[in-house]
Amino acid sequence: MKKIEAIIKPFKLDTLKEALQTIGVTGMTVSEIKGFGRQKGHTEIYRGAEYRVDFIPKVKVELVLNSNMVEQTIATIMEATRTGKIGDGKIFVLPVDSITRIRTGETDEEAI
Amino acid sequence: MNTADINLSNKELPMKKSMARKAVLPLLTALLAVLPATAMAGEEVSGSVAMYVVNNTWMLVATLLVFIMHLGFASLEAGMTQAKNTVNILFKNTAIIAIGLLTYAMMGFNLMYPGDFSIAGFFGFAGFGIAAPDGVAGGIAYADGAYSYWTDFIFQAMFAATAATIVSGAVAERIKLHSFLIFSTIYVAIIYPWVGSWKWGGGWLDAKGFYDFAGSTLVHSVGGWAALAGVMLLGPRLGKYVGGGIKPIMGHNMPLATIGVFLLWFGWFGFNGGSVLSAEPGLVSLVFVTTCLAAAAGIVGAILLSWVLQKKPDLTMALNGALAGLVGITAGADVVSVMGSVVIGFIAGLIVVASVMIIDRVKIDDPVGAISVHLICGIWGTLAVGIFSADHSFLIQLLGVAAYGAVCFPAAFGIFFVLKSIFGLRVDEEEELQGLDVGEHGMEAYGGFVIK
Repeated sequence: MKKIEAIIKPFKLDTLKEALQTIGVTGMTVSEIKGFGRQKGHTEIYRGAEYRVDFIPKVKVELVLNSNMVEQTIATIMEATRTGKIGDGKIFVLPVDSITRIRTGETDEEAI
Repeated sequence: MNTADINLSNKELPMKKSMARKAVLPLLTALLAVLPATAMAGEEVSGSVAMYVVNNTWMLVATLLVFIMHLGFASLEAGMTQAKNTVNILFKNTAIIAIGLLTYAMMGFNLMYPGDFSIAGFFGFAGFGIAAPDGVAGGIAYADGAYSYWTDFIFQAMFAATAATIVSGAVAERIKLHSFLIFSTIYVAIIYPWVGSWKWGGGWLDAKGFYDFAGSTLVHSVGGWAALAGVMLLGPRLGKYVGGGIKPIMGHNMPLATIGVFLLWFGWFGFNGGSVLSAEPGLVSLVFVTTCLAAAAGIVGAILLSWVLQKKPDLTMALNGALAGLVGITAGADVVSVMGSVVIGFIAGLIVVASVMIIDRVKIDDPVGAISVHLICGIWGTLAVGIFSADHSFLIQLLGVAAYGAVCFPAAFGIFFVLKSIFGLRVDEEEELQGLDVGEHGMEAYGGFVIK
């Protein structure tokens, strides 16, 4: 079992969701986040005074799936969200120790 | 005879408030002679009565328009400040209209329009409370058929509260609520009507020929001087000026700020249009035109200068530009040409952008730009009368501006200073960071949302 965390551009979320559904991903968790990496921020102006915006809005998509789906999922995410410009985001893969479905008490693969 | 009556009214009506009041007695005698005949005529309404009804109705509509300006101020100030202080801003605006109306009834009206001055042209007080003269003296004869006593009161009362509201935006996000409310009460009950009497009450500046049609100085600068005094004693918001630089604190709701400015513009048709003090068609419509064009030119001026200076067109500056044009034209809306109104508005739009930036650079923290809009553009508009109207003297206009500054700023500074030594002016650091909504009121404007 693996967890995939993908940080993507917010306007790519719908495209990504549809692409993941077509390869059989059955659930995901999405959060609005902010951060910076190589893209850095930009300068904005308010009433004559400039200020730096370093934290850029992004969306984080979290998926938990069987280890054998990881490669295909990463490929799908890249295809769906890539624009080729700086700031496209990153994909992290983490190991998952256990899963429990709260309603039924099912565990691990059954609970994905 | 009817036609003659109407013509007479039209000629007499554009008189200023004070003159209208002085003219009551001789006219009353004349009208008393005429009125029994009118009453006898039964269902037939005489021309002068018809004019009176039309005039008075317009003055009441204008009163409603000035009333809605308070919602405009509330929306603008809330939109231009942080979400965590929204309840506090709305609360202050709600309290101020109440304080303004009640104190004006209690003493303001009779302080501003004393009739007779006890210190010649300088101070007069016609007693506490309001009461209409009996019969026609409080009605058709009160202001030569322009409006009734009650209309006079309620129209002027709506103005009074706006002067205090101007302060609210400038001192926002850090002032203690009770200190602010006490200040507003004293300022709107005593200072505003007292200095107003110098011009509109027929006092010494009126005698000198000083002109302020609807209050660039009497309302806007009077509020603006107090705003400046308050901000100077309060100091800037935490985190505004750090490390020698300016760190902007963004307003949280631009749609709300925009609604506020449009409501203020809407109300200004009554603020200026009602200051004709009758429904005289030519003057009221001219004032609508000059008022509107000045606002439009103010927007254009502010857009151009902010675009050049900032490389980006700034919405908040465009909004301030509209108000700058409106404040600028208020002193001379009925005595300048159409072209004059455009130039006055355009220059006001340039002034407000420059002023907002300069005031920020000298570390006077005014979240909504009230000092620039109301004080600086109020001064400009008052002086502009002396430039764009051949009938008025620039030096007298300057004298008026200086006189109001010389009294209002020290008065406001003094009141704020005393309040500061008794109660303190500023909320503590923790409350300011957490927001005045929770600190002063124990509630949030956007319950359930996380936008701090």
